Amino acid sequence: MGAQLRVYKRRIRSVTATKKITKAMEMIAASRIVKAQRQVAASTPYATELTRAVTAVATGSTTKHPLTTEAETPGRAAILLITSDRGLAGGYSSNAIKAAERLTERLRGEGKEVVTYVIGRKGVAYYGFRERKIEDSWTGFTDSPTYEDAKRAAAPLIEAVTQETAAGGVDELHIVYTEFVSMMTQNPVDNRMLPLSLDATKEEGGKGEILPLFDFEPSAEDVLDALLPRYVESRIYNALLQAAASEHAARRRAMKSATDNAGELIKTLSRLANAARQAEITQEISEIVGGASALADATAGSDK
Amino acid sequence: MAAELHVELVAADRSVWSGEANLVVARTTSGDIGVMPGHQPLLGVLESGPVTIRTSDGGTVVAAVHGGFISFADDKLSLLAEIAELADEIDVQRAERALERAKSDTDAASERRAEVRLRAVAVR
Repeated sequence: MGAQLRVYKRRIRSVTATKKITKAMEMIAASRIVKAQRQVAASTPYATELTRAVTAVATGSTTKHPLTTEAETPGRAAILLITSDRGLAGGYSSNAIKAAERLTERLRGEGKEVVTYVIGRKGVAYYGFRERKIEDSWTGFTDSPTYEDAKRAAAPLIEAVTQETAAGGVDELHIVYTEFVSMMTQNPVDNRMLPLSLDATKEEGGKGEILPLFDFEPSAEDVLDALLPRYVESRIYNALLQAAASEHAARRRAMKSATDNAGELIKTLSRLANAARQAEITQEISEIVGGASALADATAGSDK
Repeated sequence: MAAELHVELVAADRSVWSGEANLVVARTTSGDIGVMPGHQPLLGVLESGPVTIRTSDGGTVVAAVHGGFISFADDKLSLLAEIAELADEIDVQRAERALERAKSDTDAASERRAEVRLRAVAVR
């Protein structure tokens, strides 16, 4: 076998192996999207009921709570950025990071100091490499987040919000994650979680229905105190689940194009290998024919 | 026929139980509260404890609820809890073991969780 042909064969073998891997990853991601979507759907009743309850308390009572009132001069804002732990998901993490960067820029433009919280190794690596300060980070659960994970991430955020700004607290809480629209579309979005803007919660939960006057047990303040942390947790949980579904969808798409690409490459390489093989055969034949005729010429000459 | 109320018992990651009921008894921070159809709109903070639901077909559903909220309006009652389990789903032996372990570790939170589970099973 000629040297060139051997090189082609080797490359075809390696690309075939890669194709097998990417194909497997594509199928794993595809099966996980369905699971993640189901989790999003399962968490929806809790989220909608909670949103309804929060809207009810916030509209139905005149209670002032640090988590619902806007600071007059917001000085610090926290951003919670949700990225993935693993790569090979196309532009998934970098799109989310870009959205967070844009939001940071905007908030800085409004004269606010920004503190960043990051979920996912990719985000941590991005900020770590650029030596930017991360207030806190969590990794290791972006594939299939549980409610416990959401609680863990929510705890310091809630604490920061309830603290005074001067004592290291924050006035605003934003969350940046990738919204799962469909199998083909995932958008990085930024939402302001706190202080609550009632219009937004109304849109999500109430849909314009008139809420009844509630009787609060034990009191509106206590209910709100208990409700808001849960609300933040549930919002973070929902964002984590959507981000997980988006991550799998993005990975499936990236792996599908990698598989297609590998197929294309194999096709081109086998064409080249075939051409090389044919060229080799042609050359061998012409060598044999040339050699034979030279031999025949030599013998014919010696006969004379 | 008596009026009915629609009950939704939802945990953070799933819907645990839903159906029609005549009476729901739950423990709020200020004491046990029973809700029947036609009750005034209510929003309360739940303590960890068993919740008893008398269904309209005469049965009883007991669930262990670990913190959460009760909200009632227009004959629709929602029980929201971070963790909620039906008594039928609770593994008694596991809960007992968890209780033992929590007691020896003096882990108050998980001791309380295990206790609530066992109480819910006992009510059943």
